[in-house]
Amino acid sequence: MTPASAASAARIAQARSGRRRRVLRAALPALSLTLVLLGIAWLNPRAISYFGLNLMLSLAIPVALATIAQMFVITVNDLDLSIGTFVSFVGCVSATWLRDTPLLGIAVLLSSIGIYALVGALIYLRNVPSIVVTLGMLFVWQGLAILLLPKPGGKAPTWLHDLMNLHTPYVPFPLLAAILIGVLVHVGLMRTSYGAILRGSGGNPASIARAGWSLLKTKIVMFAFASLFGVLSGLSLIGLTTSADANIGKGYTLLSIAGVILGGGEFVGGRVSPIGAVIGALTLTLAGSLLNFMRISPDWQVGAQGAILIIVLAARAIINRTDGRTA
Amino acid sequence: MRPGARLSLTTRPWVWSYIGALLVWLAAVTFTRGYGAGGMVTAGLALAVFSVIASVAQMFVITLGPGNVDLSLPANIGLASAVAMKVMAGSDSLIAAGLVAALASGIGIGFFNYLLIRLLRIPPIIATLSASFIIQSIGISYGRGLQIKPPPGFADFTTAQVAGIPWLAIGTAIFTIGIGVLLHRTIYGRSVLAIGQNPRAAWLAGVAVERTRCATYVLSGALGGICGALLAGYFRGSSLEIGDEYLLTSIACVVIGGTSVSGGKANVPGLWGAALFLVLLLTMLNTFGVSAGIRLVVTGLVIIGVIVAAGGQKPG
Repeated sequence: MTPASAASAARIAQARSGRRRRVLRAALPALSLTLVLLGIAWLNPRAISYFGLNLMLSLAIPVALATIAQMFVITVNDLDLSIGTFVSFVGCVSATWLRDTPLLGIAVLLSSIGIYALVGALIYLRNVPSIVVTLGMLFVWQGLAILLLPKPGGKAPTWLHDLMNLHTPYVPFPLLAAILIGVLVHVGLMRTSYGAILRGSGGNPASIARAGWSLLKTKIVMFAFASLFGVLSGLSLIGLTTSADANIGKGYTLLSIAGVILGGGEFVGGRVSPIGAVIGALTLTLAGSLLNFMRISPDWQVGAQGAILIIVLAARAIINRTDGRTA
Repeated sequence: MRPGARLSLTTRPWVWSYIGALLVWLAAVTFTRGYGAGGMVTAGLALAVFSVIASVAQMFVITLGPGNVDLSLPANIGLASAVAMKVMAGSDSLIAAGLVAALASGIGIGFFNYLLIRLLRIPPIIATLSASFIIQSIGISYGRGLQIKPPPGFADFTTAQVAGIPWLAIGTAIFTIGIGVLLHRTIYGRSVLAIGQNPRAAWLAGVAVERTRCATYVLSGALGGICGALLAGYFRGSSLEIGDEYLLTSIACVVIGGTSVSGGKANVPGLWGAALFLVLLLTMLNTFGVSAGIRLVVTGLVIIGVIVAAGGQKPG
């Protein structure tokens, strides 16, 4: 073998192992979802039915939407600690103003998207850490939610309730919605040219800026998208629960971060996966049902979510390490 | 900073936190026409103690550099408060044992955090987040139906005061002086700062990077454990939610207190100013009689205002 062909063979082998790693990593979220589903099917075969899935997955829609919202922020190397209380705020608005005075409700929701965009701009312009700014916003949204609904109450608009309780033929509505969300965001973020710019502004901001794109604009766009999906998350949540409470989205911040990471997203570098994020959210939601079927006390619900996260991350670390040895 | 440097607000941004604390206190006192001025300081100091302990923990972690933050503090504090109360079992003779147990629980959590970071090579945010999920569950399961009162001796100790100054505040003040020495005068403290400024340079210079990181997460866990035990004594009983506010408070205090969020630069005196500022801000809003909603909105805007005014490094 000539040295040139040996080098090219090595390069091919390296490319192959790189591809194998990518495939393995991409398969990981789907694999964990399958495992959870298999567990449920084994313990309670009747749960894997139209009705069972509808029931188990209904709460996955708001979680998936919040996860997508978080994913947008993580794409540009930021973290949104306020998404949970933002969902609460949106829930309170939709159970009160959106029902009683729809125009005011819509105006408030739209301006909340504006505030998010402003937060993104602020983070970029002053170069301050997103954790701290969104931490402040966490208080702000929580406060506004409490001002709006000091006690749990309100009522979901009828159209919202009807939409969320839609019964689609053959495939349960939550599953359809999850697929739709995943595919839509995937096409927008992964398959369009501006989507590539948006991801690039997280992966390599300097080169994106040098290529003439405005980093300020990408930051604003991403935060606006995050809040759009936060609004959708709050709306869908209220459609399901029919009434609101100022703490309704409390757990969503941590769940959404966990969902993104579970779905194969990286913390830095603009490497995210919308479909993975949706799968991550489904996995986290279904894990609760699995625990119920296993007759494990609800005390361990959160703990199991943490354990799943750790196991998946461990699997990812092992994949990366074995690859490091072959390459 | 040279000793001869002028006490200017640009070189010492944390001075603002003390000025802020003074201003909100004055505003509250003016509103009550001087009534309860001393009481506010006493209550403020007592509550600030817990924020200071939690934020010392967070300060060391954040100083390690970007991405380092301990999200498991609230769960840690909650679990430690339950552990302390259960071990003390309401008996004065078991106070020391309870404190040691809380400390051990915190150290265990800190070590677990570090193991996750090291073995899984994941960002500390995710590691401490996953850990906090698990700790929460352990706490719920362990502390179920737990209604143990702290031993009278311990409860008195956490609320005792001399001339309107809580003993706990005096103790914590001495402790923070020790922390200042640890940070600026010991190899460990300087290693933390060096890693925060440039981990690779620190490693090349022979700093034991991984050992320092491990020690820092363990230290943060240990302080969380102590904080939990003291909180349970002060509030006359443990609860899992007892630590909830200390995630945000600790990060806010670190930032307002002049520690750099991008790491490598820490400030101990600023923590006290920031903690007092936040506690007195709440006191002021309470005396004004505003609703809980407004209180939260104002707190949030103040945190954003401070960080935006302080600004970060130049972009790029």
